This record gives sequence, structure tokens and C-alpha cells, in this order.
Amino acid sequence: MELILIFLQKAIAQGICILFGASGEIITEKSGNLNLGIPGIMYMGGIGGLMGAFFYEQSTAEPVGLVGLLISMLATLLISALGGLIFSFLTVSLRANQNVVGLALTTFGIGFGNFFGGSISKLAGGVGQISVAVTADAYRAKIPGLSQIPVVGDLLFSYGFLTYLSVAIAILLTFLLKRTRKGLNLRAVGESPATADAAGISVAAYKYVSTVAGAAVAGLGGLYFVMEYLGGTWTNNGFGDRGWLAIALVILSIWNPARAIWGSFLFGGLYILYIYLPGLTRATQELCGMLPYVVTIVVLIFTSRRNNLESQPPASLGEAYFREDR
Amino acid sequence: MEYENAIELRHVTKRFGSVVANSDISLTVRKGEILSILGENGSGKTTLMNMLSGIYSPDEGSILIRGKEAVIRSPKDSFALGIGMIHQHFKLIPVLSAAENIILGLPGAQRLNMALLTQEIGALAETYGFELNPAQKIYNMSVSQKQTVEIVKVLYRGAEVLILDEPTAVLTPQETQKLFDVLRNMKRAGKSIIIITHKLREVLELSDRVAVLRKGAYIGTVETAEASASSLTEMMVGERISLDICRDEPQTPEKRIEMRGVTCRDKEGVAVLKDVSFTAYGGEILGIAGIAGSGQKELLESIAGLQETENGEILYFSPEGTVEKLSGMKSSEISNLHISLAFVPEDRLGMGLVGSMDLTDNMMLRSYQESRGFFADRKKPRKLAMDIVEQLAVATPGVDTPVRRLSGGNVQKVLLGREIASNPTVLLVAYPVRGLDINSSYTIYHLLNEQKKKGVAVICVGEDLDVLLELCDRIMVLAGGKVTGTADARTITKEEVGLMMSDSGRRALGHG
Repeated sequence: MELILIFLQKAIAQGICILFGASGEIITEKSGNLNLGIPGIMYMGGIGGLMGAFFYEQSTAEPVGLVGLLISMLATLLISALGGLIFSFLTVSLRANQNVVGLALTTFGIGFGNFFGGSISKLAGGVGQISVAVTADAYRAKIPGLSQIPVVGDLLFSYGFLTYLSVAIAILLTFLLKRTRKGLNLRAVGESPATADAAGISVAAYKYVSTVAGAAVAGLGGLYFVMEYLGGTWTNNGFGDRGWLAIALVILSIWNPARAIWGSFLFGGLYILYIYLPGLTRATQELCGMLPYVVTIVVLIFTSRRNNLESQPPASLGEAYFREDR
Repeated sequence: MEYENAIELRHVTKRFGSVVANSDISLTVRKGEILSILGENGSGKTTLMNMLSGIYSPDEGSILIRGKEAVIRSPKDSFALGIGMIHQHFKLIPVLSAAENIILGLPGAQRLNMALLTQEIGALAETYGFELNPAQKIYNMSVSQKQTVEIVKVLYRGAEVLILDEPTAVLTPQETQKLFDVLRNMKRAGKSIIIITHKLREVLELSDRVAVLRKGAYIGTVETAEASASSLTEMMVGERISLDICRDEPQTPEKRIEMRGVTCRDKEGVAVLKDVSFTAYGGEILGIAGIAGSGQKELLESIAGLQETENGEILYFSPEGTVEKLSGMKSSEISNLHISLAFVPEDRLGMGLVGSMDLTDNMMLRSYQESRGFFADRKKPRKLAMDIVEQLAVATPGVDTPVRRLSGGNVQKVLLGREIASNPTVLLVAYPVRGLDINSSYTIYHLLNEQKKKGVAVICVGEDLDVLLELCDRIMVLAGGKVTGTADARTITKEEVGLMMSDSGRRALGHG
């Protein structure tokens, strides 16, 4: 019982980074932009937030948690939005190939994270020496009272605020996409930019805004990882392949952020399952790590066989839009 | 405000480089009338309408909307002036519902109240007599339903003037009648309607007045009541051109292709050909009629080996007397039997020719396997390309010009010329005159007739019933993948063919 509870808690904790990434990627993809730079942008968001908190805590004798929290969050949003802006500029304004730009951005973002991670480690006095304990504690603060309830409190209320923010963002984005005029316009841009253009919708503006906002949301996943998950430190490549899991989750959730919520918990659970399964060898552990991807492939097979348009990716996904003369 | 003319064009001229697309055109559209704009391909009809819908702006002249001079710089300006254009290719998003497509891009409360909007749109559609379910998804709709959505879309945006570009091209005769009924209702409600078309019968039936364009120039406007098909044709083509396509009696027809009970499915698993059986003879032209997407493409492709067939068999009877079973053969083996496919898709280049390659290279696409050795032989294809250019009067700077730069008619000549050069015994053509003007069309008819005289079995998929009825010896009608009838093209009437075509049309509409 105890073990199951811990497993569920850890699964949710693992899922949150992925959920941020997937939510961001979903609104990006809904505009027709396939941003494969998301894994890199999550690294950038993570290191950005960490640097913000680090320099703040270094500069004052008595750092305040809330201030560190705000500074680091702002830094994350800015730097990951910058990643989205680079992607939009190259693919929307300059019409570069989205796959190439996205993959380059991921390579860049991971390098960016590791480079600055290494740099501030040096400033902090060595590998693993970075500590922004005050800010991290602010991120890790549990809901007072509610988290004390046995079992239910542990399962539902024992997390920092970013966890609830991620769920709120996913639900909000679903509402935005399905129930608002802006959301309808955005879906139209992703399905058929030419039609949207003819209807007087600014295709470029929608692509820019959704890609930049999507990148900012995804960046929060990186922030969650360094602050709440790691407790305010950095290890190079520590974020691993969670960014790619986020992109796989977009497919699993069939481009619906609300569906990505339980999907992220499922992925989180599968991601750490190997620790909780007894008697695994080194090789079977690796096989176990494959599970999220296997699930994604199975979902892909099912959705493509079911063949209804609602469960297909946005029709113009990955294509640059040229307004032609005719 | 009282006004008589919804739109008035004064001395409008539009040039593209050195080409004058519209020269000094003055015409009026009255409030509450249906005006047809008639002209051959390339007569400047679409360019003129594109100036009203804001896609182009005129180089000279002025446009008056409801008596006031207006400058239309973009489609948005055009909307704001109450002009709505319904294009030939619908601008709709399949995964969204009709209502969502209709409100797309419009200002209004951020939060969408779909129930209310659906009701509003339904009520609007009802006033004009449209049959429309606003909650239905576009991908579940037939072509005519999609057209309805397009029309309701511009009405919902408050259009006073509707421009329809070839609205009946994709409709069955019955659907066309329904469209005409709602257009008349709109006219009664005081809307002005402009229809671009080249179908004389429809012009005479529907419109109040007809404006005729020829080669970019405005010829005149006549009251429909005072016009006749021949007087309009004369205005349109300038001189009286005999519409008769010469048609010889087939000489000693020999069985060439026999299809027996063939069924095939598309990649979604939907049967697109259902138990199709027919025979095609050498020395005759077999026409295939049907509304777009009734299985014409699959029929040709299954013969050419590009489409897998599920059951049934396709037999080929060679002139030497041998019988080959085509079903199950590879397309390259089939083309070695001199069965040639010339499919002209909507974008003209999709199959058959490669736009960025020049004429010679496109010839080589067919012949490269003939030369042995490592290096390809370019001399023969080049010679062939030059012959085709000369014999078919292809207008091109040379055989080194990429095919993409050629106009539609010339591309079609190149494609057909290449297929014919391979001395086919069976020639499969689809939409050979799609988008061509009358003169180019006749060149193509002539080419097909020559092949027929040579004893080739020609199977021709077409969209214009008049042409099929005059060109072909027999007509087979497809509806929803089924053969609904085969008849002698010399005796069957257009109405009869139309009825056979619409069998599945009615079913595809699917509303109760």
C-alpha cells in the first residue's frame, strides 16, 4: 500500500514536466508549427530559471523565497519564449524547414543548458554544488492543512504549486481551443492556413503567438524539473529524454491538452516503473524504459486505423505557408 | 439609400506584365438581378471578378459600389463592401462543422455559443431555402452541400452581391436545379448575383442579363430574354464556330479490354468501384461520365495497374489474338502492352509530367528504360519532343523549357502527344480538355479521333456531357462506383445521362 502510494506520487511528479512540454507543444502544433525544438527549449527554460534564482540568491545575504520564485519563473518564461521566437522567426518569416530548425534548436538548447549549467557549477564551487535552496523550498511548499490528510493528502495535495499550475494550464488551453473564437481561428490556421487567410485571420500572428506561448509553457516543465524535482540544482543531461516524451504525449493525447493530463501520469508511471518492479536485470530495465514509446506507437496505430479526422494531426502540420498570388 | 446599380465598373483595365487580361471593361450589375458573365477560357472573367473580390486591383478605371466609388485592396475590403465570392475550389476546413466554418475569422464574443450560432445559421439558411445542417462536419458532406456552406458563409457575412465562379461544374443536373432555386430566392430578396460560366443552357435558364467577354475585352450585355444559344456563342467566340465534333463510325471494332466484376477500395477501405463490368473496343471511343469522384480515376488506374483490384478480372485482347490478364500485373508490364494512361488531374501536372523538368526530360520518363547501358539516351526523346511541339503546335520557347511554364492547353498537348507517340493500342485519357479553350479542345478531339481511326481503343473520362455526347461512340455512366448504364452516345439524351449520374448523388446527400 505504502509502496503503491509512493509510486503514484512519483509517477505524478515525473508526469508534470512532460505535461508542461506536451501542453506547450499542442498549442504550437495546433497552429501548424511542428516545434521539435521543445526538448531543447525545456533545457533552456530549466537553466534559465535556475540561473535567475542562483544569481538572486548569490547577490543578497538573506534571499526571500517568493522573490526568488518570481525571478526564476520570469527568467524561464523569457528564455523559453525566446526559443519559440527563434523557431517562429526561422520557420514563419523565413520559411525554413520546421524539422531542421526544430532539431537544431533541440541540439542548441541542450548545449545551452549544459554550458550554463557547467558555468554556474564552477561559480558555485564545483559539480553538484549549485544550490538555490531558498527558492526551491518556495517551489516545493505544499498546501498547508490539506497535505496533512492521510493518503488523500499525500496523493493529491503533497506537491508544489507548479503541479497544479500545469493541470490548470492544460484545462485552460483545452477550453481556449474548443470554446473560444480565438481557439477556433487557431485551429483553422493549423488545418488550412490558406482558408484562414481568406477568412481574414492573420496566419503569421497566430503562428507566432501560439509558438512563443507554447515554448514558454514548455519551458516551465524544465523549471519544474530543476526546482521541484531536483530541489534547485543542476546535473548535465539530467533532464534526459523527457522532452521527447512530451512530444510523444502530444500524439497520445490526440492534440487535446486535457487528455494529456492523465496521459502524463501514465507516462510518468511507465517511466519509473522499472524501479518498482522487482527482479529486473540491467537489460530488462532498459526494455522497461521503452514502455512510454511503445504505448505511443500503439496509440498511433489505433488512431490511424480508426481513421476519423478528429484524431488526426492538424492538416498543415509541419508545412510552411506561402500566400500565393492566386 | 436608393440605388439601382449594385456594382458599376467604369473603364477597368488590368495588365499582367505585357499581357492585357482585361481591357477597358464597363459593365453594371443591378440590384436584385442575376447577371451571367460568359466567356471562353482566358477571356478574363475570373480576373475581372478577382478585382471585385480584392485579390487584384485594377490598373485603370474605377469601381462603384452602390453608386459610390470604392477602392478594394484586399478580400477584407471586399467583404466590408458586401461582396462575397464563392470560388470553384471551396475554402472550407474538413474537420470543422459547417457553422464553425461560417463564423471563421469573424469578430464577436470571445466565448463561442455554438448552440445559438447554429440556430442563427440554420434560420438564415431556411429563409433562402437551403438544406443545411450547421452542425454537420464538412468531411461528411457532398460537394453540393459544401457549396451550400460556402454560399451561406458569404450571406452570413452580410453579402449583398454574390459572385459564383462556375458553380455548377461539380453538380449533377438535379443539384443544379436546386442551386438555381435558391439563387432565385436570393434574387427575390434583393441580392445581386453574378455567375461566371461557360454553360450556355444555364445562362439562358437562370440569368436576367448576360455580359460577354472575349479575349479580355467587353463585348456587350444583352437581356437573356432576347438572346439565344447561337447569338451568345457568336458573341463569345467572335465568329460562328461549328460546335460539331467530327465523329466517324467505328471501323470493325475489336474487343480490347474486358473488365469483369471488378471491385476496388480506396485506402480508407471504402469501395470506390463496385462490381464493374464493361468491354472496350478498338476503333471506338468509350466515354465515361459521372460526377467527380464516382470512381472514374480508379477505373482507369485499375486498367493501368496503378490501383489494386479486390476481385474480378481485367482482360486484354491483343491485336495478335492473345489474351492477357491485366489484373495482378505490374504497371510497367502493362505499359509494355501499349496500354497508355494520360490522366489530366486538376492541377494538370500531378501525374504524368514533372513540372520542373523540361520537355525532353518528360519524354524520357517514358523511354529511359529502352536504352541499354549506363548512360541515358537524350537524342531520341529530344527529337520526339520537337516533333510534338511542331505537330501539335505547342506554344513553347523550346524543348528545354520546364513544363511548368507552359499554359494548361500546351501541357495537355505535350502529355497526350507523348502517350500517343508510344503507339498505344489502348489509350486511357481523363479530362483531356479540362480548362482548355475551344480551339485547344478541338486539337485534342482531333488527336483522339485520329487514334480511334488507327484502331486504338480510347477510353475517355470527361466532365462536359455535351462534349462526351458528341465525341464518344458509347457512353458508360458511373455513379458511386457502380455502372448505372451504358448507351449509344448518338441516341441517348443529356437528361438521361444526367439521371443515371445522380443515382448516387441523391444517396450521398444522405439527409432525411
